[in-house]
Amino acid sequence: MSNPLSFFGGFKLTLQHLTRPRVTVSYPEHKRPKQPRQHGRHVLNRYEDGMEKCIGCELCAGACPVNCIYVRGLDNPPDHPVSPGERYGYIYEINYLRCIHCDLCVEACPTQAITESKLFEFSFTNRADAIYTKAELVVDDQGYPKHLPWEDWREGEAEMTGGWMRATSPAGEAAYEGVVQWTGDLGAGVRAPEGGQSENRDDEATGSKQLRRAFFKHLQPEDVNADQRGLPGLMNEMKSKMPKMPKRRRKAKEPS
Amino acid sequence: MNLATTDPLLVHGVNGFGVILLILVIKLLVGFAVIMGAVTLMIWFERKAISDMQSRIGPQRWGPFGLLQTLADGIKLFFKEDLIPAEADRFVFKLAPYLALVPALITFSIVPVGGTLHIAGHVVELQIANPPMGILVMLAMSGISVYAVMLAGWASGSKYPLLSSVRATAQMISYEAALGITIVTVVLVTGSLSTHDIVTSQGGGIWHWNVIRLGLVPFVIFWMAITAELNRPPFDVVEAESELVGGFNTEYSSLRFALFYLAEFMNTITMSAIIVTLFFGGPAGWVPPVAHLKWVFPIIWFLLKTIIFCFCYIWFRAALPRFRYDQVMDLGWKRLIPLSLGWMLIVAGFLIRPAWGLIMAAVVLFASVVLGRAFALGSGRESGIDSVLPTIGQRPTSAEALRAITDGEET
Repeated sequence: MSNPLSFFGGFKLTLQHLTRPRVTVSYPEHKRPKQPRQHGRHVLNRYEDGMEKCIGCELCAGACPVNCIYVRGLDNPPDHPVSPGERYGYIYEINYLRCIHCDLCVEACPTQAITESKLFEFSFTNRADAIYTKAELVVDDQGYPKHLPWEDWREGEAEMTGGWMRATSPAGEAAYEGVVQWTGDLGAGVRAPEGGQSENRDDEATGSKQLRRAFFKHLQPEDVNADQRGLPGLMNEMKSKMPKMPKRRRKAKEPS
Repeated sequence: MNLATTDPLLVHGVNGFGVILLILVIKLLVGFAVIMGAVTLMIWFERKAISDMQSRIGPQRWGPFGLLQTLADGIKLFFKEDLIPAEADRFVFKLAPYLALVPALITFSIVPVGGTLHIAGHVVELQIANPPMGILVMLAMSGISVYAVMLAGWASGSKYPLLSSVRATAQMISYEAALGITIVTVVLVTGSLSTHDIVTSQGGGIWHWNVIRLGLVPFVIFWMAITAELNRPPFDVVEAESELVGGFNTEYSSLRFALFYLAEFMNTITMSAIIVTLFFGGPAGWVPPVAHLKWVFPIIWFLLKTIIFCFCYIWFRAALPRFRYDQVMDLGWKRLIPLSLGWMLIVAGFLIRPAWGLIMAAVVLFASVVLGRAFALGSGRESGIDSVLPTIGQRPTSAEALRAITDGEET
């Protein structure tokens, strides 16, 4: 049997936790930074000349494990084509009551037409709003996702569509990490590759450094210096804030 | 104590009876209000403290620091649909929540909250009732609250509550024995069952508190046993969420669930108060020599001690994992009951004469060695299903027959 005093270890730990910073945040007022490759609401991208990327091949609908995507393709009208290819997505609907944001559609897409933005805070209040059609999904003339009234877009997030694609396209192979294998988007141009799992990733650029810092204190409490941990840490912090008292009394006691 | 000194009608005559009644009613109302307020605060305190220990924020939306969260929860539960399962025994199902709440309320009435007050020529004890049987009321009420859990589980007509009630019955009854025996040691040194007398006998400073006077062991046993009585962690096998959904109150909803919830937290406060009363001198403590503050300070001391124990219960919940059911039984029967019995004998011996105490200690030591040997032998014995049933080969379906069934040619 191990040290019987270790029984009290749990008590000590729980008491120490009283002084540690909280892991949770009060959500609507304070929001955590999102993961660089977060899967959110989809967007349908366009080429830099304004043409739609979707060619109506229905591979996304085939890949979808929950059958939430409904696509119908149509031949491009010769005088005013919608996409540069032969066909275009005539109907494109995603049912967000079913979508599980697995990003398999993004992986399946041969033209990087469909990508996922970071948006997850879109709570609609009726079922019709749950079905996003081309009118909502296709990016606007500046290349930014359309903002619907019930969607809560954060600042600077509109540019952050397609994080997953930028990390490991095509087909998610690590060998393609850092290699541009995608066409340019309207507005954003050719997006820079994002650091993947390898060592040459750039945390500062992708925003994951901020996130790691937020979790740091809790996930690795051993990395925090011993004099900063728990109740002693709090005392030390308070001590450092207090003005230092001159040690008069001690000198007075000393025989001269 | 005879009737002439205790019955208010006989002591103060017919004229004084009205005042006595008025004081009693005021005490009841104040006591009820205080315990209800304390329960709401306790629920808030538990949620907040445990969230702090788990690095969460906890309730924060209603009122400052989320203080009104309990009120909001209460209102929510009040407006929920009151469901009674089709299989339920309807009368018993409705009765059970009250069997939980009423004993919880009554137990608090015997706790001395402070010293005495002099109002209009009447000496008012700051406790709702001071019955001569005193602490036995608490035992009786905890006995009744077993019925609440048992009947709630039984009447639900559902398997998880039933399993929970079976556990509750076994657990609460087995820990009640240790509880009763430790109370006997307290009663032995006090010489009275009345909680008022128990508190006053511990009045002369910290060395007179029962926790030190009785040698810590009864207090520890009492604390463990009372935690088991309360079904609080780590003894909450009765409502083990991972095994029994919600325990005995799985089928309860709305106000009936709220009553159970209320009773649980009320019991937590009351039992903390009982621990303070029995072992920590109740309201005893330093009182400043100011005439007008003499009655306030005992109350403050009492509250302070009670809050410390309430916090300890929350601390247990955060720090300790739940016992396995057989461990609960082991602790109750094999350790707490023999230990409390032995300690009671030693205390009783010392009360007669120190020599008797030493003899008793020797006897208890000998008995514990014998018991320890018996437990060691018992645990070494072959147990499990094989000790009850013959092994596979000798069962009605022989090994060959089984093999014929499993390996037979497909037809």
